[in-house]
Amino acid sequence: MCLAVPGRVLSIDGDMGIIEVGNLKRSVFLHLTPDVSVDDYVLVHAGCAISEIDEVEAKITLDILKELAECEIRR
Amino acid sequence: MKFVDEFRSNEYSKLLVENLKSITCNKINIMEVCGSHTMAIFRYGIRDILPPNVNLISGPGCPVCVTPQSYIDTALELSSRKDVIMASFGDMMKIPGRKGSLLKKKAEGADIRIVYSPMDCLIIAQENPSKQIIFLAVGFETTAPMTAVTAIEARKKGLSNLFFFTAHKIVPPVMEALVNDPDLNLDGFLLPGNVCAIIGTEPFQFLSKNFMIPGVVTGFEPVDILQGLVTLVSLISQKDPRISNDYKRIVRTDGNPKARQYMDEAFNLVDSNWRGIGKVPKSGLEFNREFEEFDAIKHFGISYEAYDGGSGCRCGEILKGKIKPTQCPLFKKLCTPENPVGSCMVSSEGTCAAYFRYYKEL
Ligand code: SF4
Repeated sequence: MCLAVPGRVLSIDGDMGIIEVGNLKRSVFLHLTPDVSVDDYVLVHAGCAISEIDEVEAKITLDILKELAECEIRR
Repeated sequence: MKFVDEFRSNEYSKLLVENLKSITCNKINIMEVCGSHTMAIFRYGIRDILPPNVNLISGPGCPVCVTPQSYIDTALELSSRKDVIMASFGDMMKIPGRKGSLLKKKAEGADIRIVYSPMDCLIIAQENPSKQIIFLAVGFETTAPMTAVTAIEARKKGLSNLFFFTAHKIVPPVMEALVNDPDLNLDGFLLPGNVCAIIGTEPFQFLSKNFMIPGVVTGFEPVDILQGLVTLVSLISQKDPRISNDYKRIVRTDGNPKARQYMDEAFNLVDSNWRGIGKVPKSGLEFNREFEEFDAIKHFGISYEAYDGGSGCRCGEILKGKIKPTQCPLFKKLCTPENPVGSCMVSSEGTCAAYFRYYKEL
């Protein structure tokens, strides 16, 4: 029951939004993420967006890993 | 899909496993608190690739598993009322109570509906004005704000037939109970990512300040978990009891203040009973005076006393990480996901269910 999935915000209407998870579209509540905009990514749990996904932070984590991988190849 | 594929990369996973193996330390015990971590760890076979000195223990982080049997028995009783429609998350349906399960009740004709979100209850309440709708509100900090939002929305819509039978719990106090348990020897925690998305990292600082135990917030993809383990094992080996946030794309230091505001608006902190663990002070949430019109216990005048159940079931020791499911004599014999004896076998996030699905005898 605690599964949460990332999805992209397609449209916003007040406290409600339509988000796209994979190929599925779902209507979710946006009460907990009032500052999201269309095209932002959010984490959805039980029909409610619980957090905005910080794309910059995601990229930082992946860049560190990429760098590690490249070091490994050079060794 | 964005934010999923990259964090499932095989190449990065392999690299992280190599990294993990290169950190030298003694035998260590790490608890993954969250049931979704337990599931992911099994699904991706992470236990099989860990260095032999790293022992993973599954903790009490599955809300269905820690709900006392008395709660299920009371829910069963309420569902028998002709004027009631009960709504529940699917995981609750198979938990055995004294007189069967909600699934059995449903088969016998009770109006019990499986919902994906508490907010689905708003529609059920609107469409059935002559019925009283009861939502079984279980879950940790990740779910409690939604119960609060649903109650607020019900009020806005003028609905007076929606009630919540609440058993919401919060995570930090039970972790404190676990680290205080002299039988458990925990060296570090993988902290529950989704719970931290709401409450942030501050509520876990007591681990490092009072107990010198490090913790790492991490996500649920294989790269997240392995990266979290690399950080945690390094902290343990360096005797650095820090709380590290390795899930920054989701978790901010102060969590989600809006979600906490909704929780504070609707709930009071109360003592709460955890199945197999007992009463943990200030670890549960109950509607406050402002919201008591939504409280099913008050509305239906239920006297509700907590007790555990499941004779022979050792969920309590499993939830504390004292034994593994394979050490329970009922495991795979009398107790299976089809016919669960205890709640740890019911939810797919339960430790016994995860072992049942994925554990191979070595
Ligand atoms: S295997 Fe079944 S009976 Fe044994 S502890 Fe787990 S849930 Fe309880």
